[in-house]
Amino acid sequence: MADFEIDERVDITDVVCPMTFVKAKVAMEELEVGQILAVTMNDGEPVQNVPRSFKEEGQQILKLIDNENGTYDLIVKKLED
Amino acid sequence: MAFTNEQMERYSRHIILQEVGVKGQKKLLNGKVLIIGAGGLGAPAAMYLAAAGVGTIGIVDADEVDLSNLQRQIIHGTADVGKAKVKSAKETMNAMNPDVTVNTYREFVTSENIMDLIKDYDFIIDGTDNFPAKFLINDACVMAKKPFSHAGIIRFKGQLMTYVPGEGPCYRCVFKNPPPKDAVPTCKQAGVIGAMGGVIGSLQAMEAIKYLIGVGDLLTGKLLTFDALKMEFHTVKLPKANGGCAVCGDHPTITELIDYEQIECDGK
Repeated sequence: MADFEIDERVDITDVVCPMTFVKAKVAMEELEVGQILAVTMNDGEPVQNVPRSFKEEGQQILKLIDNENGTYDLIVKKLED
Repeated sequence: MAFTNEQMERYSRHIILQEVGVKGQKKLLNGKVLIIGAGGLGAPAAMYLAAAGVGTIGIVDADEVDLSNLQRQIIHGTADVGKAKVKSAKETMNAMNPDVTVNTYREFVTSENIMDLIKDYDFIIDGTDNFPAKFLINDACVMAKKPFSHAGIIRFKGQLMTYVPGEGPCYRCVFKNPPPKDAVPTCKQAGVIGAMGGVIGSLQAMEAIKYLIGVGDLLTGKLLTFDALKMEFHTVKLPKANGGCAVCGDHPTITELIDYEQIECDGK
């Protein structure tokens, strides 16, 4: 059913701002352009900031999935190395 | 090389920056900077480079820490008086950041040792306090094709410029030769406001960091001056690299390093 295939996953629910984006960015570094990263994050601040920060760096946000347990999966495609 | 959790946190404010990021921080960790002089300029430069995670930092200085140094040389403490400056500096840097390897050279630069000292480093910081050393560092860096940051501070004034081979004038293009003996006072005789080393030495660290990461514009072909009393910064555009320069010109007349006579200064 998903129209994308996840290459790598990172869980940032164990850290708080600004380490949320730092941890996600370090994980993204390992990917090749065109690959897809799933970032599991807590509701609230990370959901506000992490997608915006990725967008500012030129990455493509594909989807934000509500896991209905207080966390979200952000699906990001790497466009910029 | 993957970051440890501790490194991720230590360098988080760098990693967040688009201009630095993971790649830039790795460049810093792989970078090698040599600081000549662990004094007013070298102290803050060494501390900021260590904090930034520049992986290998060399420090050259033959002196011992003197009580009169402590007003500006913030890498040394009162308990370090009498200790070799390179040792005292290394202790501070190791305490700040265990990621950094500090190489110490307890000597002054001379025509004999300088080529060997600079050869393994990516960028050189001139934090010396005398003209013979400044011309020696310039000539050696030109000959070895090494980029370096020149700086000088005295009283309430400071200046700096950056030399990158092939990208602008060298120090000798601009200043030709050391001034005659006694024409210019040393900072021992003239004094220097302590925070000036912090301002200018930090700018030298900034140039080294930008060079290692490869972002922004360096002070190549430019001289930055700072007047603390007027609180004015000026950036003066320098003439292009002088084809007639005795060391970096098309037909250099200086092909061997020169040890100019050190102007002796009474007292300490």
